[in-house]
Amino acid sequence: MDWLVELLLSAVIVFGGIFGLVGSYGLAKLPDLMSRLHGPTKATTLGVGSVLIASIIFMLWDQSTLTVHELLITIFLFLTAPITANFIAKSFLHRHGQSELKLPETGSECGWASFDKPPSADDDEPSSLTIPRRHGK
Amino acid sequence: MITYALFFGFACFALGLLLNLYRLAKGPSVADRVLALDTMVINGIALLVLYGVAQGTAVYFEAALLFAMVGFITTVAFCRFILRGDIIE
Repeated sequence: MDWLVELLLSAVIVFGGIFGLVGSYGLAKLPDLMSRLHGPTKATTLGVGSVLIASIIFMLWDQSTLTVHELLITIFLFLTAPITANFIAKSFLHRHGQSELKLPETGSECGWASFDKPPSADDDEPSSLTIPRRHGK
Repeated sequence: MITYALFFGFACFALGLLLNLYRLAKGPSVADRVLALDTMVINGIALLVLYGVAQGTAVYFEAALLFAMVGFITTVAFCRFILRGDIIE
């Protein structure tokens, strides 16, 4: 039984380590920021999550206490990773947008966030702040 | 067996920290540097938790939780500053 738990713990820790390394390697390797965002926000978060789950299993097995801190950290990280990714992408668009990047069409009435005003109820025509609208209708 | 797995995990996340440091020093735009800092915080949390497992104590989880919160707030503040030129309007 002990042997089995040790095997499970080691497997989860190695899994987490590999995913954390892959995420950081993607951050260093990929060509531009929009693709670099994928590494840390997905792979590294999964790696940290599995390390924290390994820690929960270890505390349950070694000291027979169920600790909730790790679960809190896991939930917090899984909640905040998309928010930080969105913020970083928005600030990148804000600094290098439209002129340098070739952004695809948004496929809706409104242009890209942080360039176009979001459509609101009392606004018949969504007005663009800085750039002319690019989708032809 | 756990000892070797822990060594492997430490090595992976330490190497990840070095790669993040490379991106932090090089990264062409400001957003790259903010992203590298955010990833460094996440890797630091993983290292803290692994160290807690290695020592067999639950002391380091509070530190990891604080680290996670401060890292998130730091990233949001940086991005807010880039976007608006101000943090609290």
